[in-house]
Amino acid sequence: MNGQEMKTRTEEDVLCSFCGCLCDDLVVEIEGDNVKNVRHACRLGASKLMGHERIRTPMIRKNGKREEVSYQEAYDRAAHILVNAKRPLLYGWASTVCEAQKKGVLLTEMVGGILDSTATVCHGPSILGIEERGLSGATLGQIKNRADLIVFWGCNPAEADPKHGLRYSTNVWGFFTPEGRKGRNVLVVDVRQTRTAKNADKFIMITPGSDFEVLSALRMFVAGKGEFVPEKVGGVPRAELFEVADMMKAAKFGAFFFGLGITHSRGRAKNVGNALALIAELNAHTKFVVMPMRGHYNVAGIGQVAAWETGFPMSIDFSRGTAYFNPGETAACDVLSRGDTDAVMVIASDPASNFPRGIMENLAKVPVIQIDPYENPTTLLAEVVIPSAIAGVECEGTAYRMDGLALRMKKLVNSPYPSDEEILSGIIESVKKLRGTEAEANAPKEASA
Amino acid sequence: MIIRGGIVYDPANGIFGEEMDLCIDRGRIVEDAKGEEIDAHNLLVMAGGVDAHSHIAGAKVNTGRIMMPDDARLGLEPATAVCRPSTGYTVPNCYAIGYRYARLGYTTAFEAATPILESRHTHEELEEIPIIDKGALTLFGSNWEVMECVREKDLGKLAAYVSWGLRASKGYGVKIVNPGGGEAWGFGANVKGIYDPVPNFDVTPAEIMRSLAQVNESLRLPHSVHVHFNNLGKPGNYTTAIESLDLFKDIKPSQTRQVVHVAHMQFSTYGGTSWNDFKSEAPVIVDYFNKNHFCTMDIGQILFGSATTMTADAPLEYGNAHLLHAKWSNNDIELEESSGVVPLVYLRKNPVNAIQWAIGLELALLTKDPWKVILTTDHPNGSSFVNYPEVVSLLMSKVKRQEELSNIHELASKRTTLPGIEKEMDWCDIAIMTRAAPARILGLEDKGHLGVGADADVTVYDLKPDEMDPSIQHDLVKKSLATAKYTIKGGVLVSRDGEITATPEGRTFWVDASVPKEDEERMMEDLKEKFDRYYSIKLSNYMVQDAYIPNPVVIKAGALPVEEVAP
Amino acid sequence: MISGRTLAQGAWCESKMCDDFTKAASLCFLSEEDFKSLNLSGGMNVLIKSAYGRVVMVPRIDKGLPPGMIFMAMGPWANSLVGSDTGGCGTPQFKGIEVELETTDEPVMDIRSMFTNLGGAKT
Repeated sequence: MNGQEMKTRTEEDVLCSFCGCLCDDLVVEIEGDNVKNVRHACRLGASKLMGHERIRTPMIRKNGKREEVSYQEAYDRAAHILVNAKRPLLYGWASTVCEAQKKGVLLTEMVGGILDSTATVCHGPSILGIEERGLSGATLGQIKNRADLIVFWGCNPAEADPKHGLRYSTNVWGFFTPEGRKGRNVLVVDVRQTRTAKNADKFIMITPGSDFEVLSALRMFVAGKGEFVPEKVGGVPRAELFEVADMMKAAKFGAFFFGLGITHSRGRAKNVGNALALIAELNAHTKFVVMPMRGHYNVAGIGQVAAWETGFPMSIDFSRGTAYFNPGETAACDVLSRGDTDAVMVIASDPASNFPRGIMENLAKVPVIQIDPYENPTTLLAEVVIPSAIAGVECEGTAYRMDGLALRMKKLVNSPYPSDEEILSGIIESVKKLRGTEAEANAPKEASA
Repeated sequence: MIIRGGIVYDPANGIFGEEMDLCIDRGRIVEDAKGEEIDAHNLLVMAGGVDAHSHIAGAKVNTGRIMMPDDARLGLEPATAVCRPSTGYTVPNCYAIGYRYARLGYTTAFEAATPILESRHTHEELEEIPIIDKGALTLFGSNWEVMECVREKDLGKLAAYVSWGLRASKGYGVKIVNPGGGEAWGFGANVKGIYDPVPNFDVTPAEIMRSLAQVNESLRLPHSVHVHFNNLGKPGNYTTAIESLDLFKDIKPSQTRQVVHVAHMQFSTYGGTSWNDFKSEAPVIVDYFNKNHFCTMDIGQILFGSATTMTADAPLEYGNAHLLHAKWSNNDIELEESSGVVPLVYLRKNPVNAIQWAIGLELALLTKDPWKVILTTDHPNGSSFVNYPEVVSLLMSKVKRQEELSNIHELASKRTTLPGIEKEMDWCDIAIMTRAAPARILGLEDKGHLGVGADADVTVYDLKPDEMDPSIQHDLVKKSLATAKYTIKGGVLVSRDGEITATPEGRTFWVDASVPKEDEERMMEDLKEKFDRYYSIKLSNYMVQDAYIPNPVVIKAGALPVEEVAP
Repeated sequence: MISGRTLAQGAWCESKMCDDFTKAASLCFLSEEDFKSLNLSGGMNVLIKSAYGRVVMVPRIDKGLPPGMIFMAMGPWANSLVGSDTGGCGTPQFKGIEVELETTDEPVMDIRSMFTNLGGAKT
């Protein structure tokens, strides 16, 4: 635009749409409809908000070749695939807003499919642990203001949730924690010395796959039954474990953050259950809370939305007409590895990259619909590709932070792309048209005998 | 729409079982109307039910759902042409909540407690609940700004904060739960009595309750303060209840209503010194309510079977979990509150549960004025709301109560006065307890009655009150109230013989109260400091935005007239 | 083998088709002892095999690792080694997989090639 000044402005208190920290202190400089600079963000957030090369138009694979099509054609083709599938899987959801997630639940009900989120390759085991034990938690501000002991177990916020320590946990000042980092102990438990471990007051390296045993040993010490703990557990000497248990009991307010080190290792859901039990038992001695470190900015959101709409937080199978929940049977990896799904819609996620290769190969065998702003390996497998607006930048909506707090993402710039919510609404309309009448579109799918 | 020939109970308008037609036009009761006719000849007709205390939306309800897939598996219903799929029993999904209230003939339900910081979540869920009108009561009792204003004895600033907090949470009224205890729980402690100072804040629960009640009246809010007493659930806690009630005695209400509404009174009516000598003190509590007219209560009836306790009384929940070896979830909310969720089962053969069951009924039956005591189960703490018909049938039938007493632990008969209570409620009492009184207590002028101008929320039950005896036919009472013949909400037929026929969106009531500008400015200075230093989010991201309330009903209130003062 | 998040992988995870992502996600980290024991000369890669698959990655030293452990960023390369079994809980075991290493001069596969010639014949 020769000589014409682009309108520049600064937006404050912007929410970051990357990780589960959902930091809301970003300052974004905008020129016209482009984000020019992001301040106060970590490397992950800056990268997200600054944006990348993106998919420009919807595409459908016809006769082995990708063709550009209109949005409506893409919606119709997506609807056709979903309606004609016996048991479609609608997967992802973690990096979009609740308004889109709600449409996703409705669409899944309408087509009698399975709704699952990226939680099932991440903190799914944590959900299962919570179902067994419950979770003694708090909002992040409560931890900021009170915690004098921070435990990071099997997680590496220095690389996955970089501002966590500065805003909520280790290095922050609060009402009862005026000394900040100096007034706190930081304990890290991991199988390797991570960047996070380098900032710890105490680092315990455990043998891979021994989280369950080490947690059990700690529970024994907390319960005053330490005499039964063997000389070494998980590669850690007894005396050191005793010291850790003591450290926990001596805290005024302890906060235990855990991540994929626990959920992905041998034991998975049982590890989480054990950790939750430890925290519950510590509450007999002192105040202790626990929190899973969620990796995506709204993976907590899809869990919440699914729970209030369907009664279950993930892996929900509607193919029988009522909600059926059985991770191990109905999770995305389960149905794909058994070849039990005949079409997959992927939104706000990249299963091709993030699933085990064997499962990805099964994904490649069925029609895939992808809704995403960016090209990624899942795009390579997709028959229908629908580019969407970036939530938190180009459209607004609700997201849930890792502690369950709901906040509203802002719209910063205009864009030609429809939001995920609009796209899903478009597909829903196409499904209704295919089904003939609106009433018919809401009826449960016939379960095959 | 015209509802013809029903036997109408509309106590608020002095109608006690009169045969009359009801006319509806554009969502309101009117003098005359044309249109669709509903044949209600000889059938029981009341206003749509109003549930003034129920846990139906928000973080703790969803925590309940997430931690209890076992509960979700109960009550599975597939989608229909009109309905989404349903799941759950004590923690149903949002759609089931709307459909099931409608089937019961209830058309309004209020979420009993929402923490300000997490109210966005509460409203997301409320929005998904179809059919019923709703609102949420905002928690204030363990809030840092509240406690500081109380300590400074600055009621002007407190009023400004309450007004702001209601706007920030889009809440309807002031809810106080175990005042001060939520803050003490931040370090694992609790307050032991109403004069026990809150650690680090140097105020007592008594001061908190009194100050909030005074402010509630200075703001002329439609509802009174709504209080869950300290020491809830503990043997001997009836003394805390009486002490707490006395705090409100001399406060003048700003509306024609109570000054304090006591939540789930049953849980605070306990005598004895331990679980061993646990007993009912209902006669003492009832005596208080019979002699004093500034207070009301909802009973919080427990029923045998599954329940899920969920409350902002977090120390209580920890105690429950510990006692019962049950799974336990907790959520502390920075600067504001804390809460817990524990599923449990009430057992007939458990002496404590049996006594608790009797207490709720004692409270309802012994209180002389039915306008003071409304029917709840503190859903889902005492039982799922779908079981309200069971409670009604117990209140109306001595025979049924006696049958139950003989099937439960004998201490229910020995440690309560229930066996000797002759009273049986009639339809007039029930209409008051489930419709007219809850609406009046909440300050909802157009609800709970069928006068001209009222919201056209009408229920027709499939029983003929003039041809049956609820005392003997208690099974028929329970069956008919469980499935209304017709439920009409805002003039739309939403349920017919248990089948949901329409799912219009309900409206959300919230209160916008104004205060003097100087008070607001002083309060905002405090708040800005809190957000700068202590909250984990920015002030500009805190308030519940309008996007979350697409169908608002905004009730204006406040210390000043609403017009802007010219600069 | 442990697969997990790294800053670099996270920063590029929304432009996976570009070289920077490949560089971040095809890196693997070994303890100093293990790295030295492999006698890697300049430019050589490691071929890693598990019971479920094989992949070539670029090795680096991370002194925080104990001997016998290899760490790599999550993504398509790491997932070549991960099994499909979810152990009845729905989540595969992305961490704690036994692997064997040998040096190789095979290049790291580019991301597009990782997804071609699959069973379902997509481009």
